[in-house]
Amino acid sequence: MTASPSLHAPELVCPAGTPTGLRTAVDAGAQAIYCGFRDETNARNFPGLNFDRAEMRDGIAYAHDHGAKVLIALNTFMRAGSIDLWKRGVDNAVEAGADALILADVALVSYARKAHPDQRLHLSVQAAAATPEAIAFYRDKFGIARVVLPRVLTLEEIARLTAAAAPCETEVFVFGGLCVMAEGRCSLSSYATGKSPNMTGVCSPPSHVQYREDKDTLVASVGGFTVERFARGEPAGYPTLCKGRFQANDADIHLFEDPVSLNAVELLPRLAEIGVSAFKIEGRQRGRAYVATVVRAFRRAVDSIATGGEVDVGELRALAEGQHDTTGAYKKAWR
Amino acid sequence: MSKILTRLSLTLGPVLFNWPTDRWVDFYARIADEAPVDHVCIGEVVCSKRQPFRDNVTLDTVERLERGGKEVVHATLALPTTAREVRAINEVIEAGYLIEANDITTVQLLDGRPHIIGPFLNIYNEATLAKHVALGASRICLPAELPLESIRLIAAGTNVAEVFAFGRAPLALSARCYHARANGLPKDACQFVCERDADGMDVHTIDGRPFLAVNGVQTLGYVVTAATRQIADLREIGVVSLRLSPQSCDMVRVITIFRDFADGHTTQEEAAEALSALTLPGPLSDGYLRALPGAHLVDEVD
Repeated sequence: MTASPSLHAPELVCPAGTPTGLRTAVDAGAQAIYCGFRDETNARNFPGLNFDRAEMRDGIAYAHDHGAKVLIALNTFMRAGSIDLWKRGVDNAVEAGADALILADVALVSYARKAHPDQRLHLSVQAAAATPEAIAFYRDKFGIARVVLPRVLTLEEIARLTAAAAPCETEVFVFGGLCVMAEGRCSLSSYATGKSPNMTGVCSPPSHVQYREDKDTLVASVGGFTVERFARGEPAGYPTLCKGRFQANDADIHLFEDPVSLNAVELLPRLAEIGVSAFKIEGRQRGRAYVATVVRAFRRAVDSIATGGEVDVGELRALAEGQHDTTGAYKKAWR
Repeated sequence: MSKILTRLSLTLGPVLFNWPTDRWVDFYARIADEAPVDHVCIGEVVCSKRQPFRDNVTLDTVERLERGGKEVVHATLALPTTAREVRAINEVIEAGYLIEANDITTVQLLDGRPHIIGPFLNIYNEATLAKHVALGASRICLPAELPLESIRLIAAGTNVAEVFAFGRAPLALSARCYHARANGLPKDACQFVCERDADGMDVHTIDGRPFLAVNGVQTLGYVVTAATRQIADLREIGVVSLRLSPQSCDMVRVITIFRDFADGHTTQEEAAEALSALTLPGPLSDGYLRALPGAHLVDEVD
């Protein structure tokens, strides 16, 4: 697949769940890293993940020394009565030297803009801005410089939004987990477990996942609701609620989405042509080896786009680790 | 000194399901004539493909509701994505209706004009609520997953907070239509299969336990929210309105039950008893308000 020559190559934005993960991604060629503080302020609030204040300062220094940016995600919705935690997070991120903050809550965006007029702000996918008007709201009122687009859009819609958003940039997910629901607007998880992305920064949390043997099968449940049944020897994937099998219309089906992950590698040249400014890889909870491999492969793809060369689709295909992958909504498969 | 509490108003939320046009018209006619409800939302929130069927009957419905003394609110799409959908929202704004915004797109189009906000915007704290009030929101239905403790902190002193008090709680929206998917149809040729399920299509776990309900691109809880136990607290903490979301049961009766209880004519036990006597699509729940999983039933402890 050849991109048109002299195309401006999008920036490769990679996840870092830990300080070592950050160094791994930077060494593998990430042009920007996104990460968060170790508290409820970010949407990957899992035990053992994320950065304390000192780790963040060191991580940013390492990234900057190697020519990479650091984007700090404070992309949950502020809990009533505790909004100072989020405001402090914004202040700390600015002090630490973040290249941009990734925010979702309107009031936090507003605070960040007032308190730090020169700080670059990105709009998180959790804000689910899916129309030119929604993007204009954040761009015109708060000077949002880049918006991360929801994964529920088609290529045509991404093209239209990217054109309408200017001078605000767009960033799209190209690899990793796939939310089938509009991000930031889903409470399936709190319905089953009491904990949700918007309220606690977690989805289908491990604390509420159970596996039990039943005859020849392994039954996975979330909050006591059975989500999947695996045959003996079948690889048991993580039971995310929206990827489960349910009974509807008299059949057992993957009603919302098959247990697949997003892989938009074949669309990279087209997304670059459209004018998308950044490609995002999902997976702050992933291991170092995975991140290193994925980042290296995507960096080669981005460099190929920059020089008008071939993007090696096969290599990136293989990264899905034998799992099924999909281009999601991008190619109108949901129509 | 006893505090004088303001009267709780009742809001009939928009019909979220794809009811046939005749049923939709009859529903609002009866609400107009018989229901002691203050605010009535009309308008399609879930799928823009359903709206054209009601275009010819909307004006008459609005007139009838207004003659019945109701404030009519035109609710708008929760997940607009196409230019055509955004144009349609702009048209109802320009037509001069009082608008319920269910996406930030609509807030932007309203450009400061007074409006209502439905339960689909992410308003999880007092600062964000204040921001929306400053942008022209005069009544704001909070997200259904919020616990009473958070509502207390958000609603205090604002005079704008509304709480989702009856009906299957909206949980998620997608670009993908699950009604079509479950029937093996592409979304663009869906044959409007969602019309078959007046309360949404029930979704069970593979071992047969009731779990969710699906309504086109929307996912809702299987259980039916019923906030009777919390009404005194809600009023005490400054909530001004309760949202009752239409299901296929007798909604005039639901509205009357909430009105009588809110006015002190019946006890909480009587209200809960009266609700459970209705033909409902699922058991009654107040899990979210009690800071429990939203699927928890009113009689479940945790």
